[in-house]
Amino acid sequence: MKFIDEFRRSDLAKGLVSRIAQRSKNNVRFMEFCGGHTVAIFKYGIRQLLPPTIEMVSGPGCPVCVTANSDIDKCIAFSQLSDVIVATFGDMLKVPGSRSSLQRAKAEGADVRMVYSALDALSMARDNPDKSVVFLGIGFETTAPTIAASILQAQEQKIKNYHVFSMHKLTPPVVKAVLNAGEVKIGGIVCPGHVSVITGSQAWEFVAKDYGIPCVVSGFEPLDILQCIAMLVEQVEGGRSEVEIAYSRGVCHEGNVEAQKLMHRVFQSSPAEWRGIGRVPGSGLKLAEKYSRFDAERVFEIEPGESYEPEGCICGEVLRGVRTPNDCALFNTICTPQSPVGPCMVSSEGTCAAYYLYGGDSRG
Amino acid sequence: MAEQDRILLAHGSGGRMAHELISKSFIRELSNPLLARMDDSAVVSFNGKLAFTTDSYVVSPIFFPGGDIGKLAVCGTVNDLAMSGAKPLYLSLAFIIEEGLLFKDLKKVVVSIKAAAHEASVQIVTGDTKVVHHGSADKLFINTSGIGIIHDRVKISGSNARPGDVVILSGTIGDHGVAVLSKREGLSFSTKLKSDCAPLGGLVADMLEASRDINCMRDPTRGGLATTLNEIAQQSSVGIRIDEEAIPVREEVLGACEMLGLDPLYIANEGKLIAIVPQTEAKSVLKAMKKHPYGKEAAIIGEVTKEKPGRVVMNTRIGSSRIVDMLTGDPLPRIC
Repeated sequence: MKFIDEFRRSDLAKGLVSRIAQRSKNNVRFMEFCGGHTVAIFKYGIRQLLPPTIEMVSGPGCPVCVTANSDIDKCIAFSQLSDVIVATFGDMLKVPGSRSSLQRAKAEGADVRMVYSALDALSMARDNPDKSVVFLGIGFETTAPTIAASILQAQEQKIKNYHVFSMHKLTPPVVKAVLNAGEVKIGGIVCPGHVSVITGSQAWEFVAKDYGIPCVVSGFEPLDILQCIAMLVEQVEGGRSEVEIAYSRGVCHEGNVEAQKLMHRVFQSSPAEWRGIGRVPGSGLKLAEKYSRFDAERVFEIEPGESYEPEGCICGEVLRGVRTPNDCALFNTICTPQSPVGPCMVSSEGTCAAYYLYGGDSRG
Repeated sequence: MAEQDRILLAHGSGGRMAHELISKSFIRELSNPLLARMDDSAVVSFNGKLAFTTDSYVVSPIFFPGGDIGKLAVCGTVNDLAMSGAKPLYLSLAFIIEEGLLFKDLKKVVVSIKAAAHEASVQIVTGDTKVVHHGSADKLFINTSGIGIIHDRVKISGSNARPGDVVILSGTIGDHGVAVLSKREGLSFSTKLKSDCAPLGGLVADMLEASRDINCMRDPTRGGLATTLNEIAQQSSVGIRIDEEAIPVREEVLGACEMLGLDPLYIANEGKLIAIVPQTEAKSVLKAMKKHPYGKEAAIIGEVTKEKPGRVVMNTRIGSSRIVDMLTGDPLPRIC
């Protein structure tokens, strides 16, 4: 398939693998921020192709995984309201909250429907005028602009029964939080591809400048990732720390300025709670005052109850890159994709799910 | 009156309306001497080993590109029989209809059942109809059971795969699942892709003609190729190693999967089979398959190994390898 096959060519992959092996002298740990990268790395078996000098760790880049349990509990609480349809991306359905999951709430009679975009949820509101639709807004800079667009459309078309529960998160602040915590020594960052399409590679300049850590923005095909790792190795060995792009077909320095404007028009930044990381200032997006009538949290009163983390689950540490799923006593014993304990085992972009499905290290 | 266009609860009452429905809608289309007797059971004679299977069909939407629930209900059960090496002969056919179903839709389904049964050379010999309240079923559910006979020398089972055997796939994967997804509410996207739904009895007969020594056969329906290969690996306590590059996938399927974040390995097929055969038989079986219209794109995709019993490993396109696990739950599209 055009634009796909070119980025999966085995001859080019072999060339990059030997380039990495030749140049890499010093031991180094790279973090791939994005869950999409984690999955691609496992799916194509990229870890096995790297020399022993390079260690890859996964970061907090799976939107479902970093959603705090208190937010999941709120999602479920919205589904318990009468005459409310909860519209959600499929990934959220199975995530366990403190007491239940959306999937379970649905089985118990709640009206929870899977959609593929916020605009589908908006049509759902149009088609069900006697009900209220609460769309669960989740994701990073990648999804936030389309959800902002759906709110503007709702306003323009005077659709009053469309609401968004915004759990959106911003990536640069959390990268900063992880680096400030200093729990893991990181020698380079595989910067998120889709996020950088919106933010531009400029978003990562502070990492290279203030922390002296090499950054390379990567796409999601195996050649993109290998190219990115090769560029990171070259920065490390050359003693450089810059922001480079290995995904120039999608990403530029400034990013998508229109999408950024749209996002900042509808949302305003706020502190946000991240699973395993805690409250990170300026890392969340809530609806701006002007659009408060679309804000599900302000329109509906819910009783989500007290939230707590599942016992024994180390998702939080996995998200910070401090430990791997293999360090977790629950991994592949009590916690499997069939009966997940933590969100990292649920999401298709979760680190635990990737380890489980693609035989990460121990299961191979 | 508009009501006459639709199935009513009374059509399932067992009274006159039910009789009319059965004789006009079903018997007229599907008639054969065994069905026409209208006794409580169909009585048939047999010699030899019998294969007996059942399956229920609840696909939504009931019409999709390349088929419908009726064709699926015939092909699915015929294929289950064929996968044990049986020649499919007789089917039962039971409908659970949601009140309000349009007669013209039911008719379309029955006509399609007739065509599929004809192609598969099976007879519908007994049946049942129930009508349930609105909301108690989704338009139309169908159950079919089937009987076939198996040649004495044929010994096919999911537990017969042996190290050294060759894995053959009869054609492209994911066509059915993606075709159905493309018409599903809330997700319609345009594609020229059609379901691969087809009865495979003829293809299997040709394969068995080429070699009686086929060890395993399975149709990778729900859960897709990955799940079916895992089932065989576990049942036979062997490892299976497949080659990503050898697996035929249509561009349209690849494109839709890229877009939705799905993996073709886990997408359902309704007209494909996997055969596991000793190396010595592989060439002749593959040749026979390629001659049949439903096996034109057949390919050897891997081999059975001693290593990692119960596991499926795939050589990836870029020269590495990884585990291929079973599907867990429904494949859900990703967020970003």
